[in-house]
Amino acid sequence: MSKLTTDILIVGGGPAGMSAAVGASQKDGTKITVVDDNPHLGGQIWRADLGKIKSAEAQELIALLEQQKISILNNAAVFARTGNALHVETPSGKIEIEYKKLILATGARERFLPFPGWTLPNVFGAAGLQALVKGGLNIQDKRVVVAGTGPLLLVVAEYLASKGARIAAICEQASNKKLDRFALGLWRWPSKIAQGISLKAKLRSIPYYRNSWITAANGESLLHSVTVKRLNKTEVIECEMLACGFHLVPNTELAQLFGCSILDGFVAVDDFQETSIPNIFSAGEPTGIGGVEAAVVEGKIAGLAAIEEWDRARALFKVRHRTSTFAKALDRTFELREELKSLASSSTFVCRCEDVQYGKLTEFGDFRMAKLQTRCGMGACQGRICGAAVEFLFGWKDRSVRPPIFPVKMENL
Amino acid sequence: MINLTVNTIAISVDEGTTVAAAIDAAGVIGFRTSVTGEPRAPLCGMGICFECRVTIDGIGHQRSCNALAAEGMEVVTGE
Amino acid sequence: MNYDVAIIGAGIVGAACAASLSASGLRVLVLDSKNVATGTTAAGMGHIVLMDDSEAQLALTGYSRRLWNKFADELPADAEYDHCGTIWVAADEEELSEVRRKKSVYAEHGADAEILDDRALRELEPNLRDGLVGGLLVKDDSVVYQLCATKFLIELATRYGAKLRTGSRVLGIYDDGVTLDNGDIIAAGVIINAAGAAAAELSPQLKIVKRKGHLAITERYPNFVRHQLIELGYLKSAHGSDADSVAFNVQPRNTGQVLLGSSRQFGVHDSEIDFNILHRMTSRAFEYMPNLKTLATARVWTGFRPATPDNLPYIGKVPGRENIYAACGHEGLGITTSLGTAELLRSMILGQTPAIPVEPYSPSRTITEH
Repeated sequence: MSKLTTDILIVGGGPAGMSAAVGASQKDGTKITVVDDNPHLGGQIWRADLGKIKSAEAQELIALLEQQKISILNNAAVFARTGNALHVETPSGKIEIEYKKLILATGARERFLPFPGWTLPNVFGAAGLQALVKGGLNIQDKRVVVAGTGPLLLVVAEYLASKGARIAAICEQASNKKLDRFALGLWRWPSKIAQGISLKAKLRSIPYYRNSWITAANGESLLHSVTVKRLNKTEVIECEMLACGFHLVPNTELAQLFGCSILDGFVAVDDFQETSIPNIFSAGEPTGIGGVEAAVVEGKIAGLAAIEEWDRARALFKVRHRTSTFAKALDRTFELREELKSLASSSTFVCRCEDVQYGKLTEFGDFRMAKLQTRCGMGACQGRICGAAVEFLFGWKDRSVRPPIFPVKMENL
Repeated sequence: MINLTVNTIAISVDEGTTVAAAIDAAGVIGFRTSVTGEPRAPLCGMGICFECRVTIDGIGHQRSCNALAAEGMEVVTGE
Repeated sequence: MNYDVAIIGAGIVGAACAASLSASGLRVLVLDSKNVATGTTAAGMGHIVLMDDSEAQLALTGYSRRLWNKFADELPADAEYDHCGTIWVAADEEELSEVRRKKSVYAEHGADAEILDDRALRELEPNLRDGLVGGLLVKDDSVVYQLCATKFLIELATRYGAKLRTGSRVLGIYDDGVTLDNGDIIAAGVIINAAGAAAAELSPQLKIVKRKGHLAITERYPNFVRHQLIELGYLKSAHGSDADSVAFNVQPRNTGQVLLGSSRQFGVHDSEIDFNILHRMTSRAFEYMPNLKTLATARVWTGFRPATPDNLPYIGKVPGRENIYAACGHEGLGITTSLGTAELLRSMILGQTPAIPVEPYSPSRTITEH
């Protein structure tokens, strides 16, 4: 086990974390360390194609980071804390990092909902398949259905098509009404319109179904088709892959481990992105699903606040306000419809780690009892996948968080 | 190129390729076997779901989606 | 509604009492401030093990173990009853003499135990390190997923007409009933305090302290360990005394997971994970089983053992009270001794002769603290 000390410790190397590092680097002599559990910086959104980040914004941030000689620890998973130190597992062993100020930029994960066949190989998350392709997965000529909900579906479809996939259909569960209202309101965020127009142009030849969702993934041990609900009927679409995600849920486990206040599922922060625990800041998706622009500005504010550059942080409040209204519009538009609660049959697995069926869970009144009696949510992912599902399906919210928040080698505990 | 084996199948991949992508390139479908015996493969692609766990160089339960393929690596699936 | 018996606590001891008494035709109500198997029962290892720290302990664990092995056929699959046996591991010659002593005591008690030499030990448990001198294999010990076993005991009780009421805390016990936090008064002829670590709050006559413990569980590694393994070195370490201590204790779960214990701490009341003692616990385990080091550890948790001054449970009438019985203070052996406790209490309540002498467990006993 080795020990490190730093002035500012940033957890997460995505847009919010990188931007926070840039913000905090504005004061000379401040020691900044970024830990990230991926092989490269960039987070999920800027996840590199085979390790090479392409986004101009990301490049700029990386250049800044390099000049400022910020310490970066990749492949480093934070799993516990004691006092003012984080316990981190890396391929070369455990590191304890002591900090003065902490910025949690832990990002988000996809929300998954169980439906018959969702455990078949080649059923992926939407962002999930994109991430795998960025890691070198070959999808040339593969027939792919993209489904679920959220603005991500279009981005993913366009990306997969650019990598040679044949997109059979995009199924968005949100209603026409909600999507139209969202589109009409986009004038408030001009950059989003530009992004939207260019996406639409690229996706012109692909069937885009609204009010539409997957009711089953079909196959014996491998996916061969999906059953899609559309216009009051169901149809079967043949495909080799399904990329299905239901928008995003924040990664708040580390904030919870510190006892930071959580409001409506998100880490509560003040104007300067400080959580309810002094000297612990949070930025990006853990504080509200708002996308890259929001993450970048929140990260910058958190970084500046951490070095007590209050005025410079305050100067960014206006920009942040604009991005936060976008986050609210996203939530309204892509709210999950009730019908999705009845997709799982009684034999559909809800907890994929412990193979706990939907029917078994209906015997219990709360998550704790279901956990103790069925081990639902007690497997390797520690409820990160089924937790969001049972919250939607049963309204169970009581997710307790205990270290290690990720499985670690016993010698690293 | 990086040379590794997946279930003793020799395969070469570009530098920066994840173990998950290398497993797929080797034509292997099931990454792990679930508690009730189902074959499972990557879902989230970002180290959250643990469905892509395999044995890498003798160490079990490693997430293949956020591990990079390395020269001489021995990957075994189906744990 | 009047009940013959009100049982406070739906942990495994309360559940076993409910199953036994309702099967005898009594009208039983089980009360729990939270829910079935959510206290110490949920935090434990689920071992069913013969122990001989004292004669009375040997009698109770032996009796209970026989009941478990009979009950095993009735248990549902999710109770994961596994007749895996225990191996007491000896690291040196001194501990090997303890193996011989233990074997002869167990033999006197009619319990099967086999002495293993170093080679036999390695063959049965290849992940133990080289250089251990031997062990004692106790074949009739088992492991159970105690949470589902407890739920099943409650189900048995309800089949016989028992009622379960969860989510209300008992505030007071009287000779003819109990009062609840919502103001309800429940009348019952007999009250059983099976409130585990909270039992002394309701019956201050009982001396129970909380001994905090840590456990860690790994992901699935089928066959990594095949028996419950316990070090005999605890004799020399401080595990029996009042100081904080750790001991090597590992258990195979039916799932293929490896469950690792154990630690003991006195006077600690918060349930936080203490990395210092956890580290001592894992380091101790690595001395016996170095290959544990690289196993992925999925979860760590803590729990509180309800300990009495002489390490024996309270089973019988609460001193000075006519209709109030105690079934608590089982420390780390509540799963093992739950069934025995229930049968002994049933005999006492029905005025029958208990299967083993009950005086050593009497809440009125004089306890000389060591």
